[in-house]
Amino acid sequence: MSSDLEALARSGVEAALSAGAGEAEAWCEDTTGRKIRVYGGAVESLSDSGGRGIGIRAFLDGRVGYAYGTDLGPEGLRSIASTAASVAAVADPDEHAGLPEAFGATAVEGLESAAMAGFSTERKVELALAVERAARSRPGVSQVENAVYSDSEGAAAIANSRGFSASYAATSAWVYASAFAGEGQDLMTGLGVGLARDPGALDPEAIGVEAAERAVALAGARRPASRRCPVVLDTFVAASFAGFIGAMLSADSVQRGRSLFAGRQGEEVADSSFVLTDEGCDPDGPASAPFDGEGSPTRRTPLIDGGRLAGFLYDTRTARKDARETTANAGRSYRTAPSVGATNLLVQPGGSTLPELFARAGDGLYVTDVAGLHSGVNPVSGTFSVGASGRLIEGGELGAPVREITIAGDLVGMLRDVVAVGSEGRWVPLAGSVRAAPMLIGEMTMSGS
Amino acid sequence: MSLVAPELAERVVARALARGGDLGELYAEDRRGFGVTLDDGRVEDPRSGAERGASVRVVRGEASYFGHVDGIDEASLMQVADSVAQAVRGDECRPAALGAARVAEGHPVAERPEGVEAARKAQLLRECDERARAAGAEVTQVSVGYREERRLVEVFNSEGVAAADDRTRIRLSAQVVTRRDGAIGPRVETGTDTRGGHAGFELLASDPGAVAESAARKALTLLDAVDAPSGRLPVVVGNGFGGVLLHEAVGHGLEADAVHKRASVYAGRLGQQLADPSVTAYDDGRRTGEWGSDGIDDEGTPTRRTTVIENGCLTSYLYDLVRARADGVESTGNGRRQSFRHLPVPRMTNTYFAPGEATPEELIAGVQRGLYAVSFGGGQVEPATGDFVFGVSEGYLIEGGKVTAPVRGATLVGNGLEALRAVDGIAGDLSIATGYCGKAGQTVPAGVGQPHVRLAELTVGGTA
Repeated sequence: MSSDLEALARSGVEAALSAGAGEAEAWCEDTTGRKIRVYGGAVESLSDSGGRGIGIRAFLDGRVGYAYGTDLGPEGLRSIASTAASVAAVADPDEHAGLPEAFGATAVEGLESAAMAGFSTERKVELALAVERAARSRPGVSQVENAVYSDSEGAAAIANSRGFSASYAATSAWVYASAFAGEGQDLMTGLGVGLARDPGALDPEAIGVEAAERAVALAGARRPASRRCPVVLDTFVAASFAGFIGAMLSADSVQRGRSLFAGRQGEEVADSSFVLTDEGCDPDGPASAPFDGEGSPTRRTPLIDGGRLAGFLYDTRTARKDARETTANAGRSYRTAPSVGATNLLVQPGGSTLPELFARAGDGLYVTDVAGLHSGVNPVSGTFSVGASGRLIEGGELGAPVREITIAGDLVGMLRDVVAVGSEGRWVPLAGSVRAAPMLIGEMTMSGS
Repeated sequence: MSLVAPELAERVVARALARGGDLGELYAEDRRGFGVTLDDGRVEDPRSGAERGASVRVVRGEASYFGHVDGIDEASLMQVADSVAQAVRGDECRPAALGAARVAEGHPVAERPEGVEAARKAQLLRECDERARAAGAEVTQVSVGYREERRLVEVFNSEGVAAADDRTRIRLSAQVVTRRDGAIGPRVETGTDTRGGHAGFELLASDPGAVAESAARKALTLLDAVDAPSGRLPVVVGNGFGGVLLHEAVGHGLEADAVHKRASVYAGRLGQQLADPSVTAYDDGRRTGEWGSDGIDDEGTPTRRTTVIENGCLTSYLYDLVRARADGVESTGNGRRQSFRHLPVPRMTNTYFAPGEATPEELIAGVQRGLYAVSFGGGQVEPATGDFVFGVSEGYLIEGGKVTAPVRGATLVGNGLEALRAVDGIAGDLSIATGYCGKAGQTVPAGVGQPHVRLAELTVGGTA
């Protein structure tokens, strides 16, 4: 399948050159997937998906045009390629635009699991049902809203007019469940999630129990009094913040003046215990691939290290603008032109267990959910105010559940105030791909009643 | 226009039902779009897409079986119908005969966007850039986006539905950043505005630069913003995009899938008095030219206006075919999907509070100390509880019945039921803004709107 796809990408490049492009690049994908949603012990929906498409970038005198489509016959390819070349005319020239100077593929083990093909639909349905049962059987759970199994098998290929072409195949399987505790206005929800290269590596019991326990832990939550106090962010919440910080470290945001990190390279932006890396070739990373959306080999890029801002995420265009090398962070699908984004973000785990973090916090707040992070953070100033729920920490132990609170601060202030990072790191595939761990923050403003 | 011949559609639906099912459906779509942006004074990222595909769905009891393919040729359609039928366990059933797809009464398009030269669209972006920069010396960055899309949709089902819709949408959006250097470092603020609709290029004929100027004005105003107050305060919510509060805190909870799973705080409350008798709210997918409007929904049901709250009473949920059947009611035309790659789910179209008698000034005059929330940067809600959080992107203090200083960093935190109960004044200045609504991994255009609305008390999470 991969070699067919590479040939298709090469045809796309040739079609674009014939349509008048000076240089060209094509990206193809071919994926199939299955999604199973169960509810009340039965299948609610079962979906099969299949898709195959191509996206072509045409470069003409410093102008760039993009077109994509799903008609992959000779006529269809010609039409997509000539559209890419013709829409380029409307763009203003960009001296930094163009293909990368170097191409290649990093060897990443285990992106594709051969075991995937051996799982029948019946076994996948059973897996989703097992997640639902595990959640439902937990005391205090009033309802399991959703248990969803989803997988994909696919290949991607790239080719460009410098004679480069490459492809890779990958599989993934994931499950999430959403459980409720309580009823009516006192109802609280909890999410459980797991991700692997094939269904055999998923633990349905653990995922169901996680959803149940996160909901039950919040049962009877009330709005607490406002105060400033130490805050422990749980792994999901820490992952949300890390994902947001990763987006702010895109050189595109920085160069356009839309990031609080603009002009701060080398500055102290965090406590030294907070270490953040982007790693597109981590064998365990859900977003890993041998090359990025422009054919640059993936790599490891330190972002925050030793408390200092170590670097930004680059694609070819933004790297040229800063006179440096790409970090292979051009993300794309065939429907979108390459743009800068994180691959897998890794927060380095620390040495404290979660109970140790609670003990160090003394009296404070354990946040297990934040709402509205993307609307609640000013990306330029870094000030934020987001809705949250979780548990109070009283005398170093977990106390009463709380909801409808807001926590406020500024991102860099928060990172500098990190007291400790927890030892239990894990992948959180909720908003992007982040490997996170819980974090203790010295003090934050919590606004309740 | 015809994507699939009725004779072929009939065979595909029959094939999908080969192993049983209560409903068999074929959905075919051709979608084409173009977009271009301007950033830092430079027109960039022109992009164009063309996709054609179809999906087949079989509903049997409470379960849906679904598959989709790129391409609408006979072989692809038959293959996906077979694959879906494989998953169903039941007896064969005989679908109704199908006629040619009837094209729904659409929304007027005076000037087809794809017929307008790309250079004119680029020129539009440059005009916006100039207008935003002329608004003040402290404007440092302007980003403007233009996007058009045309979707031809056909729906055939085993109950004899054969419907088609021709949907054209365009949208202009502007984001402006302002900066002021001060003693304690630079202050940087952002303002945004949009104009869009289910309409043609004519929507942008009259003063498109006003969109960019409005975004610039917001960003300039925020430079003088003071920290937001926090605590329980009266809140006047602005018209247009202020309606995102109704959309998030109430609307999602009225979608019948959430209601069925008791994942909605509005489940079991039909007929209950949830708000003051002055409060009426609609979901209206027919409203001419509006962003969230279509001729039919994505199951072939004609769109309509549904009264969800009448004189303060909860009167209806929002239904697609599957959930309507379970409740023994008719679909309200809210079965929407992002594309042929997605299962339809109950979704809002244009959701808004009906206008009242007051003026915005009267609502504000009644507040001694409170917040005037003009627009939101976004919001999130847990439909199961109705708990919501909204970031206020443009807001002002209200002091002594007058709008005074702009504030920044305010959030509104509360609960949909509580917010409905708190409504104590509605103005007459209804307007509807262009939102994108995400649910179940699908994003669809949704109109959010309202006149100015006053809430007697709500939790404001501030920065002060």
